[in-house]
Amino acid sequence: MKALAIIFSNIHNETIDELTRKRTTASIPFGGRYRLIDFALSNLVNAEVVNVGILAQNNYQSLMDHLGSGKDWDLSRKNGGLVIFPPTTNYKSDTLYSSRLAALISIKGFIESQMEELVVLSDCDSVNLIDFNDVFDQHLATNADITILYRRGKCEKDLEQHMNFTIDKNKRITSAQLKSKPNEITNSCINVFVINRRLLQGLLEEAITQGMESFHRDLIFNNIKSLKIYGYDYDGVYLHINSMENYFKNNMKLLQEETRNQLFGDKNHRIYTKVRDSAPTRYGFSAKVENSFIADGCEIEGTVINSILFRGVKVGRGTVIKNSIIMQDTITGDNVKLNYVITDKNVTIRSRNNLSGCEKIPYYLNKNTMI
Amino acid sequence: MYSQKKCIAMLLAGGQGSRLYALTTKVAKPAVSFGAKYRIIDFTLSNCVNSNIDTVGVLTQYQPLVLNEYIGNGQPWDLDRTFGGVHILPPYQAKNGSEWYKGTANAIYQNLSFIENYDPEHVLILSGDHIYKMDYNMMLNEHIKNDADCTIAVLEVPLTEASRFGIMNTDDMGRITEFEEKPAHPKSNLASMGIYIFKKDKLFKYLIADNADPTSQNDFGKNIIPKMLNSGCKMQAYPFKGYWKDVGTIQSLWEANQDLIGDNPSFDIYNPFWKIYSRNIGIEPQYIAKDAIITNSLITDGAKIEGTIINSVIGSSVEVKKGAVVKDSVIFANTIIGSGSIIEYSIIDENVIIDKNVHIGHAKDTNSSIAVIGRGVHIFDDVVIKAGANIEEDVKKKGKEE
Repeated sequence: MKALAIIFSNIHNETIDELTRKRTTASIPFGGRYRLIDFALSNLVNAEVVNVGILAQNNYQSLMDHLGSGKDWDLSRKNGGLVIFPPTTNYKSDTLYSSRLAALISIKGFIESQMEELVVLSDCDSVNLIDFNDVFDQHLATNADITILYRRGKCEKDLEQHMNFTIDKNKRITSAQLKSKPNEITNSCINVFVINRRLLQGLLEEAITQGMESFHRDLIFNNIKSLKIYGYDYDGVYLHINSMENYFKNNMKLLQEETRNQLFGDKNHRIYTKVRDSAPTRYGFSAKVENSFIADGCEIEGTVINSILFRGVKVGRGTVIKNSIIMQDTITGDNVKLNYVITDKNVTIRSRNNLSGCEKIPYYLNKNTMI
Repeated sequence: MYSQKKCIAMLLAGGQGSRLYALTTKVAKPAVSFGAKYRIIDFTLSNCVNSNIDTVGVLTQYQPLVLNEYIGNGQPWDLDRTFGGVHILPPYQAKNGSEWYKGTANAIYQNLSFIENYDPEHVLILSGDHIYKMDYNMMLNEHIKNDADCTIAVLEVPLTEASRFGIMNTDDMGRITEFEEKPAHPKSNLASMGIYIFKKDKLFKYLIADNADPTSQNDFGKNIIPKMLNSGCKMQAYPFKGYWKDVGTIQSLWEANQDLIGDNPSFDIYNPFWKIYSRNIGIEPQYIAKDAIITNSLITDGAKIEGTIINSVIGSSVEVKKGAVVKDSVIFANTIIGSGSIIEYSIIDENVIIDKNVHIGHAKDTNSSIAVIGRGVHIFDDVVIKAGANIEEDVKKKGKEE
């Protein structure tokens, strides 16, 4: 086993406030039956990385509920498997850790006691299909200390706050900026790193003794010259979920055949998620469904157009759902009209309600709301 | 938990199911697909685990590979237990020779030592080819309360159909007084469902005696039950009310699938407190395209529907291309139906490829019968397959064929 992985589960809890009020970024529902962390975990498991630690800082009940023992990802193992790290207090004071670096320091003991040579550090704020075996191959071939995954292209708004790099022809990172300017062509960091485990241990020791605070600034940015840091160009599908607007837009991309094929077309690269044993979806006599992505366990009597339905959604007679994301166990009565609406889990919408948002600002209904 | 088990289940899953024709040439009947995402055995296994019966021996014999792989360690049914859980029990070689399971009773007889391992007080005998939801625990409680040697689950059937079943005649306390296998003139309408609970000691006694009898057919219905009745054992009938279907024929398999759809489906699989578990692999949700038309149907994960689906049950990862019409049919997993093809009143097995403009079956009416396409078959462009056909090999166009 080459690598272990550490996943940061709370990333955009501020920028995507609505969806993370009661959950971590990692457990944001996506694409009918998934949570964001499913994509990161599936990528790792498909590359035979089966020792995975998940750093949870707050609101991680839903995450723990989703992950269970990890067996749905084949991560319930004697050697390795899934481990969740609840927060410990800061090593200097009594507050919860607040940075990526402090989080890593809090599990320094775990990192030291593992056997793997490499460590994958990954956010789970995006839907992607990273082939980690390919990343490891490049990491070993370039004899890198750290390999950082990036996307080359015009910097969209969502990657503005991310580090960006200049890279020489041997893929070595020669300089870095901590923020990008929108619309410039950049190599933007997607916050997935591969680092040699012993080096990481050393860097964490150093961080403790020198009181460092930032992973990006102190460990990466300041070491560009002194360490061999390489870039890995990830040019596959990348759906970044860091705002409500992006959340809506990227879910809706699943209605395009191209995105579906990219994500689900390779039968050797399955996306695993929690098994819920839902019954198949039942379409009634008056059902009318167009261009929609629908999970199991739904019962549809009404009309569904350009929408994503999660597991266990009920659509009443005469109800019309358009351009909406309807999460798990949402129940709509009869003659309800929804357009550009996101309902969170367990929402109940009684008969004859008419709700509408718009593409930029979809109307969002909190978990367990009843209208 | 680690002591004696109160009751363990033995599930008979070795039958060939020859009346399912092409559907069982390569798999045992309990492994045949059902209701879009299930296999027939899921219902019995789910009943076990929902009834807190955590030890199940599955007796296999005919074409067991798909079934063995499907059951695996039993994890999907929560039957991967430290002590107990689900175990596959094929025929084996013993010191004094080896033999196939000669009958239902013989299959259990050959695995007495498996039962002995758990030292249960009672043994539940099930068959893996029925579709129903039943709380075996309630039956067990009745069995214990009555202090019965054997309790047999019975179902009221229309008297006109009673002669197709094993019929129990009971006294007013529910004690079985007489058992008739497929009687010409049935005296009651209580049909045996093939679900028995025995006191372990009695079961052992009669199985050992049955094995020593060379004239016996080693069958529960034909030998063990009549013999116990004749020797005065206390045999109780346990009346079951609810949906129950023997899916041993193409017609009944088709009907049972239809019972999952309609305005008020006669068989409800949406009860969150009685889930039907099945082995799930990571498949994405279904996609319904812009021009698709779907009415009164059941569709599951991974399906891609561009055509028209009416009164049908569609399995996982099935693709129905543009202009294709599927009506009154059951399609099993991973089958592809090409554009312009019409499927009417048919059952299409797993991994079938149907090219363009194929016509299978005939509109459902009182005279037409169901067309069946077997596992992995390839039907080429423009082929016409008649109603009632049973196709096990690829069909290329050569005018009209069946």
